[in-house]
Amino acid sequence: MVKFAVVVFPGTNCDFETERAIRKAGAEAERVWYKTSLKDFDGVVLPGGFSYADYLRAGAIAARQEIIEEVKEFARDGKPVLGICNGFQVLTEAGLLPGALRPNKVPRFICRWVHLRVADTETPFTQFYEPGEVIRMPIAHAEGNYYADDPSKVRIAFQYSDEEGNITEEANPNGSLLNIAAIANENGNVLGTMPHPERASDRFLGSEDGLKLFRSMVEWARK
Amino acid sequence: MFPHEEKLIRERLGREPNEVEKAMLEVMWSEHASYKSSRPFLKLLPTENEHVVLGPGEDAGIVKFDDETWIAVGIESHNHPSAVEPYGGAATGVGGIVRDILCMGARPIALLDPIRFGPLEKERNRYLLQGVVKGIADYGNRIGVPTVGGETEFDESLDNYTLVNVACVGIMRPEHFVHSYVEEAGLKLVLVGNRTGRDGIHGVTFASEELSENAEEEDRSAVQIPDPFTEKLLIEATLEAVYTGKVRALKDLGGGGLTCASSEMAGKKGFGAVIYADRVPLREPNMTPTEVMISESQERMLFAVREEDVEEIGKIFEKYGLEWTVVGEIIKEPRYIVYWKGEKVADLPIDLLTEVPTIEWETRPYSLERDVETPKISFSDAFELVWSSPNVLNKRWVWEQYDHEVQGRTVVKPGRDAAVLKINERYGLAFVADGNPNHSHLNPYHGAMGAVAEVVRNLVSVGAEPLALVDNLNFASPERPEVYWSFAETVRGLADAARAFGLAYVSGNVSFYNEVVDRPIKPTPVVAGLGKVELEKIPGFGLEEGLLIGVVGSTKRELGGSELYVRLGLKGGIAPRVNLEEEKANAEGILEAIRRGLLKAVHDVSKGGIAVALAEMAVLGNTGFTADLSKVPAETSNPLEVAFSESHGRYIVVFPEERLEELKALFRHFAVIGRAGGSGAVFLWNGDELLRKPITKLREVHESFPKLLGEEE
Repeated sequence: MVKFAVVVFPGTNCDFETERAIRKAGAEAERVWYKTSLKDFDGVVLPGGFSYADYLRAGAIAARQEIIEEVKEFARDGKPVLGICNGFQVLTEAGLLPGALRPNKVPRFICRWVHLRVADTETPFTQFYEPGEVIRMPIAHAEGNYYADDPSKVRIAFQYSDEEGNITEEANPNGSLLNIAAIANENGNVLGTMPHPERASDRFLGSEDGLKLFRSMVEWARK
Repeated sequence: MFPHEEKLIRERLGREPNEVEKAMLEVMWSEHASYKSSRPFLKLLPTENEHVVLGPGEDAGIVKFDDETWIAVGIESHNHPSAVEPYGGAATGVGGIVRDILCMGARPIALLDPIRFGPLEKERNRYLLQGVVKGIADYGNRIGVPTVGGETEFDESLDNYTLVNVACVGIMRPEHFVHSYVEEAGLKLVLVGNRTGRDGIHGVTFASEELSENAEEEDRSAVQIPDPFTEKLLIEATLEAVYTGKVRALKDLGGGGLTCASSEMAGKKGFGAVIYADRVPLREPNMTPTEVMISESQERMLFAVREEDVEEIGKIFEKYGLEWTVVGEIIKEPRYIVYWKGEKVADLPIDLLTEVPTIEWETRPYSLERDVETPKISFSDAFELVWSSPNVLNKRWVWEQYDHEVQGRTVVKPGRDAAVLKINERYGLAFVADGNPNHSHLNPYHGAMGAVAEVVRNLVSVGAEPLALVDNLNFASPERPEVYWSFAETVRGLADAARAFGLAYVSGNVSFYNEVVDRPIKPTPVVAGLGKVELEKIPGFGLEEGLLIGVVGSTKRELGGSELYVRLGLKGGIAPRVNLEEEKANAEGILEAIRRGLLKAVHDVSKGGIAVALAEMAVLGNTGFTADLSKVPAETSNPLEVAFSESHGRYIVVFPEERLEELKALFRHFAVIGRAGGSGAVFLWNGDELLRKPITKLREVHESFPKLLGEEE
């Protein structure tokens, strides 16, 4: 069975539910303290939270820890690397994904269910979605306002949309460029998402749309 | 401390206490730490039943959820510090209650934050609200414990003040339960977490006095500094330590700091403690032994472990980068001894710190209830007034700043009658807090019973069987005879109501001296409740096209303290009475209807009465309705009284027509008042239109809370 590491930095707080969602998607998962080696794993997930209390900038200090060198190797080797929320911030800070996540347009923390349109179904994380599919997941962040100098070079995975999949200003909760909610690297094996798929992996919690992302990732790693 | 107390201490010691001893005694004998004025009454509360594992007396109560799962629960107030420094006060309130849950061996899984302020027209009150919400959000979000609800209310009596209560639940396995007290001598006392500084010096003493006009300048140093980053590490490290099975006792350092934690831990079963105060890691230079002993610096825990286990436990703390020190030990003699650089600086009989004599103040009954004539205003004016009340508006602005989804358990989200947290694949834990100071002000006994009744209705409305209660009693100075009487009446009401439902209080908190410059607050008992719910059975909340709308329970002319009267500035009236028998029968009827799957949606009727309850369900379900209020089972035929009375024991139920007969049979007072559908809210009286409003308009007003803060969104 393929096995994923869920990296825990001081201040990470979405590790348990992320581990649970990966297991539900059919893989092994293990929470790994950031001082541990990643050598026995087939993929790595950087979960949400407030690593190092968001000191300096969200994700900035975690991105400079030794374990990130190993994460970079995973990325280079084409293995799946997923960053959720604070994990996404770490991946941009580490240079594994382009652009940056700025403070929300209305500068405060916002926890809300949003609709997303799937823009790219060719990545290891989105292969089980239909092109243009509209899905629901919650966001929970203060710094999710995505920016890139040249957005045409960004591989967009999810965009904030309305219920019908229209990409509108009203549907954009944080001011992100082009309503960007999730992006992948050129190769597709590194994905960062501000919405939390692990919080949308249980029908009792309001949606299982996020579980599809983990299923895609597990299936892809298996092959 | 009062002069007679100082005298008592002198007599007991046969000498004057020295400076260190005096400071420690002052802290431990403060109202906030000792409950000296409240204990005689709190004895009246029921604290035991088949669900209770651990009642009041330790840092949190424990309730049995199933054979493998216990729930720890507690409630706290942080009123005084939040009124002086809203951000730090509210944040450290969250931190404190989370550590109370943690030190039972439980993982904190949810918070509720009932918060109250003065009118938002005043800048100072807006500042307090914004600071408190940001404090709760920054702390709760960073430690990864979801804030899933709590009330946000406003009242002119709270001008320039705030009541910040916070309740927390945690989940644990029975084998991880750790007591707050030791049962053997020789144990080492390990202090772990943040360094000790000069913040929160005399915090409990300050919380046991009225605030003066210059509180903001004078009392800042009594407010602690929040550090959620360390708290999160402390949560993980503490649980890892607890899971070794080698922790003999565990307490957090809160009010009263090291003195309170160590003396209570040692003294409860008759042991003593020696503390080497100079070993405590300090944040600032030149601190005195007195400051070290009573500082309320946050994010600190005190572990009692056997000498041979100290290293193993210490390694766990080091993994998380937490500083730890052996600061003392448990001794057989029941004394409390403090050393400072080899010199004995305090030596007291330990019970002098932990067993504080009670005080019974004078009581003086009062009655504010006067029957007043219901004002003759139009239905539509009354509705506009109540629907636009800050107390009724949607508080999305507040709870969207809280991460209410972290940990992936939040089944029923904020904004409904109660939150539900997933515990296992089949069952969830319902969690809610309620209080109604306007009712309590008019009639403290029925106001308190009403708070319990509302908690029960809110639990039942999400399909939950009530399991247990906790109470937080916010009052002005007990030295005022009227206040002390209202306190006694409140406890009596809480006790009677809980007994009627077969419920017990497993933990609680009392906060006295809530007044600014001689202005006492209204009696504000806040009750939080837990319930167990089958996840598949949770009913909806919003209206759905074509379904029938029914009202359960009887409506009386009970507008005293109602939202309508508050908005009209009417002070009198009769507060709603709780008919315990009917309240209980209706709760059981609703649960039975939910079990049988008869209902599509349920909402309890409380603030704003039937009119508000219906409008809320319409907005949430994005569906209109036509309801004839003359059909409501009522002891009055005045449309205003039927629509806005806040009588207890009532629910709005929404169901398919074919379920009508079966449903009707479950209740004594029940009537179908209309049907859901369309895009407008239509209130009728005997077929004549009272009011017609498009749902879009209702929503616009309902979502307008940010405008009161001068914000667009």
